[in-house]
Amino acid sequence: MKLLRLVRTAIRALRRNITRALLTMLGIVIGIAAVIAMMEIGQGASTAIQRTISSMGSNTLLVMPGAQRSGGISMGAGSNVTLTDSDCEAIVRECPDVRQAAVIVRANSQVIYGNRNYYPNSIYGTDPDYLDVRDWQNLAEGDTFNDRDVRSGAKVCLIGQTIKRELFQGESPVGKEIRIRNVTFRVVGVLSSKGANLMGMDQDDIILAPWTTIRYRISNQRSSSSSSSSSSSSSSSGNSVNTLSNLYPSTGIVLYPEKSAVQQANNPMPVRFANVDQIILAARSADSIRSAMSQITELLRERHRLAADDDDDFQIRDMTELTNTLSSTSRLMTRLLLFVALISLIVGGVGIMNIMLVSVTERTREIGLRMAVGARTYDILLQFLIEAVILCLLGGLIGIALGRGASEIVALTLKWPTQISVEAIVTSVFVACVVGMVFGFYPAWRASRLDPIEALRYE
Amino acid sequence: MDLIELHDIWKIYRLGDLDVPVLKGISLSIGQRETVSLMGVSGSGKSTLMNILGCLDHPTSGQYLLEGRDVTKLSVNQRAELRNRKIGFVFQNFNLLARTSALDNVILPLEYHHNHISRNDSLDRAKMLLDRVGLKDRMHHHPSQLSGGQQQRVAIARALINQPSILFADEPTGNLDSRTSGEILEMFQQLNAEDGITILLVTHDPDVAHHARRVIHIRDGCVDGDLVGHATDARGGERT
Repeated sequence: MKLLRLVRTAIRALRRNITRALLTMLGIVIGIAAVIAMMEIGQGASTAIQRTISSMGSNTLLVMPGAQRSGGISMGAGSNVTLTDSDCEAIVRECPDVRQAAVIVRANSQVIYGNRNYYPNSIYGTDPDYLDVRDWQNLAEGDTFNDRDVRSGAKVCLIGQTIKRELFQGESPVGKEIRIRNVTFRVVGVLSSKGANLMGMDQDDIILAPWTTIRYRISNQRSSSSSSSSSSSSSSSGNSVNTLSNLYPSTGIVLYPEKSAVQQANNPMPVRFANVDQIILAARSADSIRSAMSQITELLRERHRLAADDDDDFQIRDMTELTNTLSSTSRLMTRLLLFVALISLIVGGVGIMNIMLVSVTERTREIGLRMAVGARTYDILLQFLIEAVILCLLGGLIGIALGRGASEIVALTLKWPTQISVEAIVTSVFVACVVGMVFGFYPAWRASRLDPIEALRYE
Repeated sequence: MDLIELHDIWKIYRLGDLDVPVLKGISLSIGQRETVSLMGVSGSGKSTLMNILGCLDHPTSGQYLLEGRDVTKLSVNQRAELRNRKIGFVFQNFNLLARTSALDNVILPLEYHHNHISRNDSLDRAKMLLDRVGLKDRMHHHPSQLSGGQQQRVAIARALINQPSILFADEPTGNLDSRTSGEILEMFQQLNAEDGITILLVTHDPDVAHHARRVIHIRDGCVDGDLVGHATDARGGERT
């Protein structure tokens, strides 16, 4: 009640000189507007930066089979054959922090088109979700292969820009056929250019095909030794055609006599499980990488029926370096913004103090009169303090409106993804009050210490 | 019991190492319903005495009883409260708040009243008082829209809003022409006669001073003469 009366007195006193009140507010208005605009634009910029960095794969996790040990000798990471495509499906299904996952089967081979050949860096057998995981959906040409192609093991592929350059020389590759180990693949699409990754490896030097096709038709050394089903007729015939392969010892050691085509047709080898080389997956956000990793670990341990004291038979790799870059970038941005905000608020506060001091001097007679008619020292103190706080609050509100407006304008003109920052609004209102109290206190204290006799005589 | 009793009031200002006595042992008493003029040339100490009487200042030594209560020992805030309830001030330069209606100027002291008075009650009281000082049709005017005499009437209404027992008027007619001065002084006399409010005029103008029944002369910090004028009341008499 008493407070209400004081607020009313303060408002009446402020209304008496609107210009002065507006001028006093100006500092805070600009300060808060700057804070809001900075926070919103800055947050937008930081979101944009984070999005860019995560497109480089900061949210990407890689699940590899663990190292197999044979007589105490580690065979190296990936030598164990434990991951299957159903693991991948289960991860997508059951780990809430995983956005998308795709299997990878790797192959190494020469690629031939017409009279040209090239040895690509990576030939990945995967599924269409790979592009989603890598944030690579927009193709330069053509279309991606689909799930049906994966199920049927269709001989289709996507090629990277480097492959297109090396093999096609300006021709459109879509619809053309390339040969990988004498298996013909129809090119259905061309990936957009992604350039080199952080390690300097050309990411466009890639061929993507359905993983089933790569697994069963283009076998490589490891899969042929671990899974006999993949040793197909096409690969063996490929070896016999390529005369160069005779110069070097064959990489695959063939333990059993090769089956003829008839034998193979008669006794199709049952596929025990379709093991894959890696599972690549994307976490929902940079923050959920940790939880995604623990969810995957839990799930895979359960699926692989590992006892509590068994070691993991797989390993998960994250892009720690990128993630750290990302988080330190956003931390840096936040600190920078806070710093700027602090400075502008201090400037605004000093402005308030300045004009309040002038106002106290100018209103000395009023203060003297109020004291003469019975105002106690704390009545005067509170009146000026409340005036300062009201000014700061009003200035804060106007500043919020201006700041929002500015960030909307920036969003519209510069197309930055600005975001409404409720946090910034709440903080700045709070800070406006605090600034009002802190910087309003000294002038108010000065006013309350005035001697009524002197004050009444003041000209 | 007298309204005001001063016993051997001294006020000494210190200027550097020098003690400058402004009031040198003033003793006097003022009764209820009196009209008193405090006269003296500038520098005589009459303003200082008036400040002490108005509880704006406290004496260096001596005793000041207001309605039998020693006010020299009161704290700053207690004195403020006392001023609010017991004392009305009228100043030479009116001291009205600019850009504030006459009505709002009049209710200003109620903002500091220890018992909260609702805005409507305050306004009713202020309207009544403005009506009484003859400004019924000027209630919502700002001071800049009022003449000097009208402004002083607003100031008188403000001084009366808390029904004080004493009204201090420091050169109330100093900024007014003689006709308006007469009206204002008449109003003081009327207030004294009808409401029984003690009036204390501080002035250097003998014509103004003689509107009061009793005239106290101050010279060099001492009471130089205390005359009860032509309209002597029952309590009159010489006291030095």
